[in-house]
Amino acid sequence: MGYPQIFAAVLAVSVVLFIVSCIRRFRLVALGKPEDRLSHVWTRVGNMLLFAFGQKRVVARPFGLNHFVIFWCFLVLAVANADFVIAGLNTQWGIAAWLPTSISGPIFGLFDLVSLLTLVVIGIAIARRLFFPPDYIEARSKDAFVILTMIALLMVAFFGSHAAENAPHLGFQTGFNYLPPMPVSNAIAHLLVGLPEATIHVLATGFWWAHAIILLAFLNYLPFSKHMHILAAIPNCFFKRLGRANTLPTETFEVGAEYGVGRVDRFTWKDLFDSYSCTECGRCTDVCPAFRTGKPLNPREVVHDIKVNLLANGERIAAGQQPGLALIGPHAEGTIAEDTIWSCTSCGACMEVCPVFIEQMPKILQLRRTLVEEEARFPEEVITFFENMEQRGNPWGIAPSERTKWCAHIEAKPFSDETEYLFFVGCAGAFDARNKQVSLAVAAILDAAGISWGILGKDEMCCGDSLRRLGNEYAFDRMVRHNIELFRRRGVVKIITQCPHCFSTLKNDYRQFGIELDVIHHTELIQRLIAEGRLPVNAAAIGRVVFHDSCYLGRHNGIYDAPRAVIRAATGQAPAEMARHRENSFCCGAGGGRMWMEEHLGTRINIARVHEALETRPDTICVSCPYCLTMFEDGLKDVDADPRVGVKDIAEVVAAALPAQAGEEAKA
Amino acid sequence: MLVVACIKQVPDTTQVSIDPVTNTLIREGVPFIMNPYDTHALEEALRLKDRYGFRVAAISMGPPNAEVTLRKALAAGADEVVLLSDRAFGGADTLATSQVLSAAITRLNEREEVAVVLCGKQTIDGDTAQVGPGIATRLGYTQLTLVDQIQHLDLAARRVRVRRKLEGRHEIVEAPMPAVLTVVREINRPRYPTVPMRLAAEQAEIPVWSNAVMTIAPETIGLKGSPTKVNRIFSPERDKGEILGDGAHDPDGAAELLIARLMSKDLLPL
Ligand SMILES: Cc1cc2nc3c(=O)[nH]c(=O)nc-3n(C[C@H](O)[C@H](O)[C@@H](O)COP(=O)(O)OP(=O)(O)OC[C@H]3O[C@@H](n4cnc5c(N)ncnc54)[C@H](O)[C@@H]3O)c2cc1C
Ligand code: SF4
Ligand code: SF4
Repeated sequence: MGYPQIFAAVLAVSVVLFIVSCIRRFRLVALGKPEDRLSHVWTRVGNMLLFAFGQKRVVARPFGLNHFVIFWCFLVLAVANADFVIAGLNTQWGIAAWLPTSISGPIFGLFDLVSLLTLVVIGIAIARRLFFPPDYIEARSKDAFVILTMIALLMVAFFGSHAAENAPHLGFQTGFNYLPPMPVSNAIAHLLVGLPEATIHVLATGFWWAHAIILLAFLNYLPFSKHMHILAAIPNCFFKRLGRANTLPTETFEVGAEYGVGRVDRFTWKDLFDSYSCTECGRCTDVCPAFRTGKPLNPREVVHDIKVNLLANGERIAAGQQPGLALIGPHAEGTIAEDTIWSCTSCGACMEVCPVFIEQMPKILQLRRTLVEEEARFPEEVITFFENMEQRGNPWGIAPSERTKWCAHIEAKPFSDETEYLFFVGCAGAFDARNKQVSLAVAAILDAAGISWGILGKDEMCCGDSLRRLGNEYAFDRMVRHNIELFRRRGVVKIITQCPHCFSTLKNDYRQFGIELDVIHHTELIQRLIAEGRLPVNAAAIGRVVFHDSCYLGRHNGIYDAPRAVIRAATGQAPAEMARHRENSFCCGAGGGRMWMEEHLGTRINIARVHEALETRPDTICVSCPYCLTMFEDGLKDVDADPRVGVKDIAEVVAAALPAQAGEEAKA
Repeated sequence: MLVVACIKQVPDTTQVSIDPVTNTLIREGVPFIMNPYDTHALEEALRLKDRYGFRVAAISMGPPNAEVTLRKALAAGADEVVLLSDRAFGGADTLATSQVLSAAITRLNEREEVAVVLCGKQTIDGDTAQVGPGIATRLGYTQLTLVDQIQHLDLAARRVRVRRKLEGRHEIVEAPMPAVLTVVREINRPRYPTVPMRLAAEQAEIPVWSNAVMTIAPETIGLKGSPTKVNRIFSPERDKGEILGDGAHDPDGAAELLIARLMSKDLLPL
């Protein structure tokens, strides 16, 4: 369209600008701490294909399909625009010039149709923001409209320039006057027929330049907007964690070491890259129990603040100066407030829905570490918890000698060479009046199945879960080392837990300290025993049972089917499901150490969940976790629910379905 | 100027049980902790440091393993600690204990002027609440017990104003310094140590003053200097009380019975 020299100059400037801003931004990622995200390359390529190109998680929600279409349109249009740029430099280099029309024709036809499709989906995206904005994000952001408008205008310019280009050829489909099969552009071209040739020429040039300028402006807007995700999200799917983010990295305790993340460059490079990949879709916010109950935690904002903080401080940090913008402090863009940090229940819901696999939760817990370990700053009530854990090895500060009270009236052997499994009763199971009943139910089930089990009694100590999630890695580290020493000395390898927190911690976190334990939660063990015919159960109908997935059994360890199978076996029917269940289950509010904290901001999480459970009109709410048990029982009382609605651990449901004398038979 | 916090290492009495046969305390395997009241005394000393820029010294008389407790004081922020440990100090009653602690404070005072000595109200094992007053008497310092608030230190006029927590009332007292203050738990919430402080404390050298250093007259310390002798420790027999009514099924009825009984014994003033 004339002036290739001018275009070449404009292009060179834009590309240089784009590259410079990309380098300046992505270089900052290198300030982060090392972390291995390159092992198992082929699995990673697979993930990238599935989640970036296949958009598997994106399409999990209704409007995700729209994004899927936009994404693929983009890929096609990337080729179209590459050709546009090349041909703009020299017409002879364009596809139209060197490919036979039998090939280039359909290609341009495709570009034409895809451009129309893009215009439609962009229209839908704009309409959604205008007419059905989700309640969990500021959907009508300037950023969103700027970018959507740019794309729409790019399409308009595409049609305009092709229409004007094709208009003179209409009706002359001879050898010289080839008309590419571009239905949309050609339809518009028909409107131009009859205009003077010079006008058409001006239009063609005008639209071509409009197209060129919008394209280059778009390119240079990307790195400065949330649309940076267009550049980062695909690699982020490649760098995605291969397992689950259910632990945290260990720390080394030596003089001069730093703990947790108190400055943006103490995150790993992947954490920083995550912040660049955020699409600001807000799905994490939508599912966050803290956000949903009015607490000052919005996981999307946490990720955004990390990005803003990095961009604000990166250059200074790289130059060896102190950051100007605090990472933790009174709430401001780029700074994360302490209330935000303490509101997280570590439920993992955010990570489960993030389309680009950002790990919000571990970032929040790393911030806690700095607050606790370097500054000893945390909500007042937590100090009692820390001291109880350090002095008495349990959250309540009860004397360890009380650990065996729950089994005073049954036979519970001490764990020894003669016993196969260690029944790790857990603090709630040993000290909490209600949960002691669950311990008895588990013991009855183990006996009924003829399992050989023993306990550590007063030597058992808390697994340390809440210490770790509350950021007290130092105390956790010591506790783990103490417990591992004890396990080794007593020959403990196979462990049954009745608490998903003990389960996940012993199984996943302890591994980092060099011990491989064979840990099983009672839900899975019971399911296995029933399946193998080792546990006799007489299915007994107990009315409508609704099952609540605990975060640490479900999302953090992927155990969803076992509890449902067990309930089916014990009650004769599948459990009812709440609106949010399995991967989408909603936390009871007690995880992440929140069990030991006041909940004085917003409304109560357990009440929200109790209401949801009551909507299924249950007779029994079945749980698999001591915290959930407490939270549901408290919640039911607080909402004045029908007192006939009971909360039971899955072990209690099963114990009630055991035939009488099952235990005696198993022993005999 | 120096603030001295006196801290004692005590067995975690919630974990002490009584041997049913010998009726004595079973102390084996019972972990030691810093006397809970002393955590508040130490914290108050650290707050005075924050307020007035004093240095904080924590001292403890006890066996060599009491250094663990002094490390906790270092981790919390004490500037220096001294362990007063010698076989000759063993078996001390409150008189002999305050003798040794006073001597230590005197020694510290020779180096740097002592403004305030902080003690816990009492310990959870000996429970006498006499050591603080004993130190004050021996050193001739002002004695202010049961303090729940240090309101003001006037360093120029050498006066201290505190609030004392008494049965059902408070008392605000102003008195000359130096003073020995014994504190109640309400005075503050002790801080939690940071990891860097803990690591430094773990590696610190703990100075030990034996009587070779202190040279206190041997007949005034340890068993020899202790006129009090503990004859026997036992848990009193407790008769199982009577159960009134049926609280589970008829709580109102049970409550009425209880009220009537308490009134009949004049235990419930109306
Ligand atoms: C079960 C038991 C019963 C006893 N009964 C008696 C008795 O009836 N009469 C008697 O004279 N002795 C008795 N003793 C010995 C006596 O308790 C201690 O030896 C004495 O040193 C401290 O008294 P206390 O623990 O009651 O301290 P308290 O006077 O209750 O302590 C007040 C404060 O003084 C400071 N303090 C106390 N001891 C030390 C220390 N060693 N180092 C640093 N600071 C300290 C602390 O700040 C403490 O909070 C008993 C000991 C035991 C274990
Ligand atoms: S882990 Fe749960 S509570 Fe924490 S930010 Fe994510 S969704 Fe919110
Ligand atoms: S972190 Fe993930 S889920 Fe949350 S807004 Fe960003 S892209 Fe969406």
